[in-house]
Amino acid sequence: MSSRFRKARAVWGLVALGLFAACDREERRFREIPPGATALPAVTQNDANQPGPFIRDPEIRNTYEENAWAISEGNWLYTQWNCAGCHSPRGGGGMGPPLMDSLWIYGSEPENLFQTIVEGRPNGMPAFRGRIGNADVWKLVAYVRSLAALTPMDTRSGRTDDIHATTPTPQTDANLPMARRIPPEQRPPGMEAP
Amino acid sequence: MSFVSLSLSNRGPRHILAVAALAVVVLALGGCRERPSAHASAAPGADTVDARPAAAPGQVTLPAGITPAAGDWPMPSGDFANTRFSPLDQIDTANVRDLRLVWTFSDGNKQGHESAPIVIGSTMYVVSPFPNYLFALDLTRPGAPLKWSYKPPYLSAAKGVACCDWVNRGPAYADGRVFFTTLDNQVVAVDAEDGTEVWRVRLGDINRGETMTMAPLVVKGKVLVGNSGGELGVRGWLTALDAETGRIAWRAYSTGPDSEVLIGPSFKPFYPQDRGKDLGVQSWPPEAWKMGGGTVWGWISYDPTLDLVYYGTANPGPWNPELRPGDNKWTSGTFARDPDTGEARWFYQWSPHDLYDHDGVNEHVLVDLPVDGRTRSVLLRPERNGYMYVLDRATGEVLSATPFAHITTSLGVDLRTGRLIPNPAKVPKTGKVVREICPAAPGAKDWQPSALSPRTGLLYVPFNNLCMDMQGTQANYIAGTPYLGAITIMYAGPGGHRGGVFAWDPVARRKVWSIDERFPAWSGVLATGGDVVFYGTMDRWFKAVHARTGELLWQFRTASGIVGQPITFRGPDGKQYVAIFDGVGGWAGAVVANQLSASDSTAALGFVGAMNDLKQYTEQGGTLYVFALP
Repeated sequence: MSSRFRKARAVWGLVALGLFAACDREERRFREIPPGATALPAVTQNDANQPGPFIRDPEIRNTYEENAWAISEGNWLYTQWNCAGCHSPRGGGGMGPPLMDSLWIYGSEPENLFQTIVEGRPNGMPAFRGRIGNADVWKLVAYVRSLAALTPMDTRSGRTDDIHATTPTPQTDANLPMARRIPPEQRPPGMEAP
Repeated sequence: MSFVSLSLSNRGPRHILAVAALAVVVLALGGCRERPSAHASAAPGADTVDARPAAAPGQVTLPAGITPAAGDWPMPSGDFANTRFSPLDQIDTANVRDLRLVWTFSDGNKQGHESAPIVIGSTMYVVSPFPNYLFALDLTRPGAPLKWSYKPPYLSAAKGVACCDWVNRGPAYADGRVFFTTLDNQVVAVDAEDGTEVWRVRLGDINRGETMTMAPLVVKGKVLVGNSGGELGVRGWLTALDAETGRIAWRAYSTGPDSEVLIGPSFKPFYPQDRGKDLGVQSWPPEAWKMGGGTVWGWISYDPTLDLVYYGTANPGPWNPELRPGDNKWTSGTFARDPDTGEARWFYQWSPHDLYDHDGVNEHVLVDLPVDGRTRSVLLRPERNGYMYVLDRATGEVLSATPFAHITTSLGVDLRTGRLIPNPAKVPKTGKVVREICPAAPGAKDWQPSALSPRTGLLYVPFNNLCMDMQGTQANYIAGTPYLGAITIMYAGPGGHRGGVFAWDPVARRKVWSIDERFPAWSGVLATGGDVVFYGTMDRWFKAVHARTGELLWQFRTASGIVGQPITFRGPDGKQYVAIFDGVGGWAGAVVANQLSASDSTAALGFVGAMNDLKQYTEQGGTLYVFALP
């Protein structure tokens, strides 16, 4: 085999590997058991205070946190179920406490948030049990944790689609950094000049 | 009581100027001692005073049958005309600089304190924010010890459906009983002597998103109360309870069929657009009136001669106007009703098909004053949409509507039709962002009540200077959750100051002086017979200014920002006292009161965008301060 063929094969092999690795992030799973459906303990620890040595619950991995589509679905659910109305579209709070800060009244672990949404909480958080399906609750849990930056970076949406503080400026050559400017001879027809 | 004689009776203009010049010199020398330290008045644009000759006093008089509070402070609004004026003049412009703190009282609560204390005889009554504890303080003994406290049973979950902090705007008193509302929809009557509960009724349901925050008004043996929740698709109402028993005497809804809105044969609205059958249904998409808002959480006035109560209805729900085409009656408007039966006499809509959450619940100050040379019985209304209205209070006719704020949302009020003229360029749309909407959702003035002095003839108005960007979105109605359809970001209006206090001449229809403050002036205002005007700021200053010039005469640094209503009373020892609660909060102070994230400009329905620096100026608090001269 020529070295060029070997190189090409290596390159294509790497490309294929990359494609497969990226697959899981974008995969849209339509049929699956929601995380924690069987693993959720009957009683969840909400508090760090335990008499004696601290015994930790087994960690519940919300696999939705590793799936960008699920978090994006959580974003949609957050608006549709009016979570945004009380906690603000970006999680800053209002009628309800903020979700984007590091203060968690009832715990920030996925199982805590699952219970908060499903069971409600004593100071006004409504109970959505029987109203939001469990799979959707887990997507909401993943989204809420993403508001507080508790989820992996690569599954979070880059920017919100909603109102920004200022009107976004369209990208023209003039406001691109120098290194990214396209020389005039390479610009497609109709592209704005600086 | 002596009036400064600037009246334009039979003197020439030169004489007026001489007198005015002399008055200015006298005031400058007499009233202006060592100015408070630079640190104190360091608010941006602080104390801009635009002094022009004040209105001719004597032209603005109180309606027949209205006596302002004189010694007592029987209701948060001072009197039925809502003047918030006391003739007490022991404290005046010359000696107010000597005002000092006499005693304090903490109600143990750190939420926003929008309340007013009331004083009946030698007892002061205060209601705390939710859970709404009532305290009676004995003014006859030094330090005003606690006589008794009453703590109602409460539903903690009510906190989850309260749009704008867990505030309460004060108690009411009548016939030996103190009445107040609770956030979880109870109205309580307590014996004023010993604090025992007389009756307690629950009028609303938190699972429908209802709460109650307003100060009741007791008129002719009926306790008038209304609900809150226009942001949660609550259907608004005003209810009259029999003061003896707590039973519902009548209930007037703000939307729906005429029979439920108590519109009948005596209903004579001034403008044709308010005449018709079941407009509370017809002016909505089908069934939408059931989640239509129009809650009643603001101030009520009463004219004993005309025997009419006046109150406003709040915004229609949802915020996104595209989802509710039609005029959305009877929201964002004022009803005049018969207090015995609740039957409506007239209605005027400040903001038909409201586009911006411009609730119509502000105070109506009842006065008699000249309009076009003829004395009229009117109501003054600094409205959320930025216009100072003068309405004939017998008929609801708009006599004038003068802008007092920077307005981009409307082009004026058409006096022929009585309609607000919206600006088509600023109409919110689903999926689109509209910018520079002024005034913003809290309006040019929100609930914070103004005061009127019959001595100066001026109305003292605490105002907001806020604009907003608004994006319309889809709205889903889920009972007990917000029903909005809008995302907003608010910010300071032109000038950069977010509020202040101005003095308005209602006859000349213009500002006489104006003071800029850093934050919205979310507190009430008090006017006194000593020509001193009191108000508090959200950055912790309780201020006394000269009623005629706006000059700062005295200020006191409180522990927390002020959003409460100042009152004055004569103590059993004969001295004049001034009282104010601190404790920042309410919608404007939610970023501190509810510990919100200042970095999210859309939080607290967009208010955090305008208030993200509030935490640098104040934390939570909740203390009553009582001042007097030495």
